[in-house]
Amino acid sequence: MSFLKIRDLSVILRGTNHRLLRGVSLDVGATEVMGLVGESGAGKSMIGKAVLGILPRSAKIVGGSIELDGVDLLKLPPRQRRHLIGQKAALIPQDPLTALNPARRIGPQIGDRLVDILGWEKARARARTEEILHDVHIPQPDRVLRAYPHELSGGMRQRVLIASAFAAEPRLIVADEPTTALDVTVQKQILKLIFEMQARHGTALLFVTHDLGVVSKICQRLTVLYGGLVMEEAEVGAFFEAPQHPYSRALLAATPRHTDPTADLTPVPEAVIALAQRAVADADLRWHS
Amino acid sequence: MLDGRSLVKRTAGLRLWLSAGWLTALVIGAVFAPWIAPQDPLMQDLFTSRLPPFWMDGAEPGYWLGTDSLGRDVLSRILYGGRVALIVALIAGTATALIGATLGLIAGYYRGWTDMVISRLVDIWMAFPPVLFAILLIAVMGTGLTSVVVAIIVIDWTRFARVVRAEAMAQGAMDYVASAQVAGRGRMSTLLTEILPNVLSTIIVLLTLEMGIAVIVEAILSFVNLSVSTDDPTWGGMIAEGRLSIHQAWWVLVFPLVALFLTVLSFSQLGEGLKDRFDPVLN
Amino acid sequence: MFLRRLLTRIATTLVTLLGVAVIVFAVIRIVPGDPVAMMLPPGATEADIARLNAFYGLDKSIPEQFFIWLGGVVQGDFGTSITTRQPVLGLVLSRLPATLELSIMALVIAVALGGLVALTGTRLRYTRTEGALDVANGMALSVPDFLWGLVLILLFGVLWPVFTISGRVSPQLVPEFATSFFLFESVVRLRFDLWLDLVQHMLMPALALAIPLAAIIGQLLKQSLKETMHLDYVTLARTKGYSENHVILREALRNAVLPTLTLIGVQFTFLIGGTVIIERLFSYEGLGNMAIDAVINRDLPLIQGIVLLFALLFTLVNLAVDLLYAVLNPRLRHA
Ligand SMILES: Nc1ncnc2c1ncn2[C@@H]1O[C@H](COP(=O)(O)OP(=O)(O)O)[C@@H](O)[C@H]1O
Ligand SMILES: [Mg+2]
Repeated sequence: MSFLKIRDLSVILRGTNHRLLRGVSLDVGATEVMGLVGESGAGKSMIGKAVLGILPRSAKIVGGSIELDGVDLLKLPPRQRRHLIGQKAALIPQDPLTALNPARRIGPQIGDRLVDILGWEKARARARTEEILHDVHIPQPDRVLRAYPHELSGGMRQRVLIASAFAAEPRLIVADEPTTALDVTVQKQILKLIFEMQARHGTALLFVTHDLGVVSKICQRLTVLYGGLVMEEAEVGAFFEAPQHPYSRALLAATPRHTDPTADLTPVPEAVIALAQRAVADADLRWHS
Repeated sequence: MLDGRSLVKRTAGLRLWLSAGWLTALVIGAVFAPWIAPQDPLMQDLFTSRLPPFWMDGAEPGYWLGTDSLGRDVLSRILYGGRVALIVALIAGTATALIGATLGLIAGYYRGWTDMVISRLVDIWMAFPPVLFAILLIAVMGTGLTSVVVAIIVIDWTRFARVVRAEAMAQGAMDYVASAQVAGRGRMSTLLTEILPNVLSTIIVLLTLEMGIAVIVEAILSFVNLSVSTDDPTWGGMIAEGRLSIHQAWWVLVFPLVALFLTVLSFSQLGEGLKDRFDPVLN
Repeated sequence: MFLRRLLTRIATTLVTLLGVAVIVFAVIRIVPGDPVAMMLPPGATEADIARLNAFYGLDKSIPEQFFIWLGGVVQGDFGTSITTRQPVLGLVLSRLPATLELSIMALVIAVALGGLVALTGTRLRYTRTEGALDVANGMALSVPDFLWGLVLILLFGVLWPVFTISGRVSPQLVPEFATSFFLFESVVRLRFDLWLDLVQHMLMPALALAIPLAAIIGQLLKQSLKETMHLDYVTLARTKGYSENHVILREALRNAVLPTLTLIGVQFTFLIGGTVIIERLFSYEGLGNMAIDAVINRDLPLIQGIVLLFALLFTLVNLAVDLLYAVLNPRLRHA
């Protein structure tokens, strides 16, 4: 039984009929890690934002459904939708430098949701905040609680954001390229931390990345996106043995092998791109008619 | 789709036209006042005192907007008062722009000690309450058109100096200025041919706004009876009289107030409109 | 670090004040015209003039006069008012509370009104309401306090006379006050009858002063709020389940306020400057009204004192805002 169930989701650029998402369907099981891959601009972030109700004003949902725990979010009035998302889902953002409010202390930024949205007692929320900071291996949690974001390093802040995401025990977490903005030296630790936390809490995870190497190690299933269109959706094991779609194969070929970082990248062949674009055009044709 | 931005934009043209229209009408009215004005603005006649405007009971023909407590025709006085307002706007505005912009250009382009002195002066000037400063100057110099103009220049040159200095500084840092100098051009010549044309649009916008400010300062000065002279009709003077008889003859206050309001608003809308025109980023 | 900033700031403030003193002195002494002749009522004799010259030290050289005068000012001796023959300092200080209370009331109104406009505009951004609010705000911005005062007199003094448009307080109530801080005193002593009478008098002039500043605050704060609403931490707060109102108030507002704050400093000094004419317009017995009377009566020592006091007030406000900015900005405070 999937916790997140997206069906035929279409998003357009407001004021045009250009589609940014072209009928995307996607499932994430209750404790599953789903990798969402594709080149930049494929619409990975759009999917995550649509799920969390934070699409930019320039984007507009024009069709489909997003079911969270069996409730279609798109049928709820905005206030209730936001409340439900706040209770059941959380985001680990891309850039830890801009995702914390510079004017507020760390503690309340983690604990506020527990009190305001989940209705916890203040003391319990505070204890939980300290505990979760401990869980993400932050030394001296009581000091960090009282700190302002600018007093912490980038890696520290990303730990804080991970703590904040897991603090409310959400059933689904969307992580949008959570390490691309970090130093290469801390990327691995942060990735490890995310999956350690995911495993411990049994949270469903929608993991947005363009790194197939990471997907192969951590995800159970993956979805390949091109031009807002799902190219392939597969079990990770099966996928890396034999990707079905030519575009997936090309993407896999283009991924640098960790064994030999000096090896040349194979660019995605033009014929494959043409094929993918053909699929996009077909989808649009069907949609417009 | 109609959103907030477009409402502001859509009415921008309209507001610009209305402003230009009012100012044109005002200029015509002021220039041709001797021919247009139905009455002598100074003629007192106690038999026609406090006549109401034309649509009310008791109005007399020829006194369209009524008369004040001395029987002087309000419309005629507004037309003649417009002369004073526009003359002050033109002379004081231009003179302030010239002086302030020159100092700003020099400070922003030559930098160094000139800039330090001018900037320090601007700081000191910012510590003066402008209206009080103007009143003080008039008190010392005596009333009259020259005093009013000098007072406006003295209290407002900093407005130009500050903005033009910053612009000249920004322009001075641009590549084309450096290349002009590499080409062997003198400092002064670069300032006049490269920097000035680029800050001119800013100066024009400020000048338009300054004219509105000059009108209001003149009105304030004449309100406290310290303007061109105590005899000539001025809007501020009319407002001061109207304020006293507000319960008996509201029209003596309302009509010059409307004229002043529209004029000040028009200058400022015109200035803002020009700013949008000149600044392609905003469009 | 913070201390050094503070000291530099105080030093520049002192330089500015010295410059102000020089200019005030120069305007009165160097401008053509015999200051004593201007001070005297018509029909004064030669002997009167000589006596007055000696009394004001006008027989000495200009620089000498300046330093004598400045020395007095530093010690609190601002000279003697010509019309009332009382020390200028005492006169000026007796009126200062009235002007301060009016200015502060206007500032509070401006912040409340401007904040409301900015928050409403942000909440309803990209709608027609926002557009209408922008247009109205633009108009409020371009019309100065003097005109707003007249409009308010017409609206609420004549058309719908609910407010008193003249004076600071009903004359029969003046003996009730022990200090000159009427408004403050009425609150502290819980005398709400007095408070009501004061507010009834002060609201219109305060509103006239407040409207242009409110428009500026509304415009700037909204712009900065709207920019803040696009930032990542605001988006993150939305995913936490918070409503748009909550996001604006708790996540965006504090960060958006800082740029507006420095602006309020300069603008508040403009507002204080505006009290001069607004007090005149509403016959409010404050410093500004006194200044205009002094000018009309050619009471130069009094004018000097008032201008200096205003200048001092302006520079202090700017200093205070600078410091407040440093205190409120956590990054500056810890850096
Ligand atoms: N704020 C926005 N307004 C309009 N279009 C956007 C916006 N953000 C992204 N897009 C467009 O939507 C498409 C998908 O973007 P995104 O989901 O960010 O890609 P990805 O995360 O896969 O790199 C791209 O074509 C991009 O240009
Ligand atoms: Mg992305």
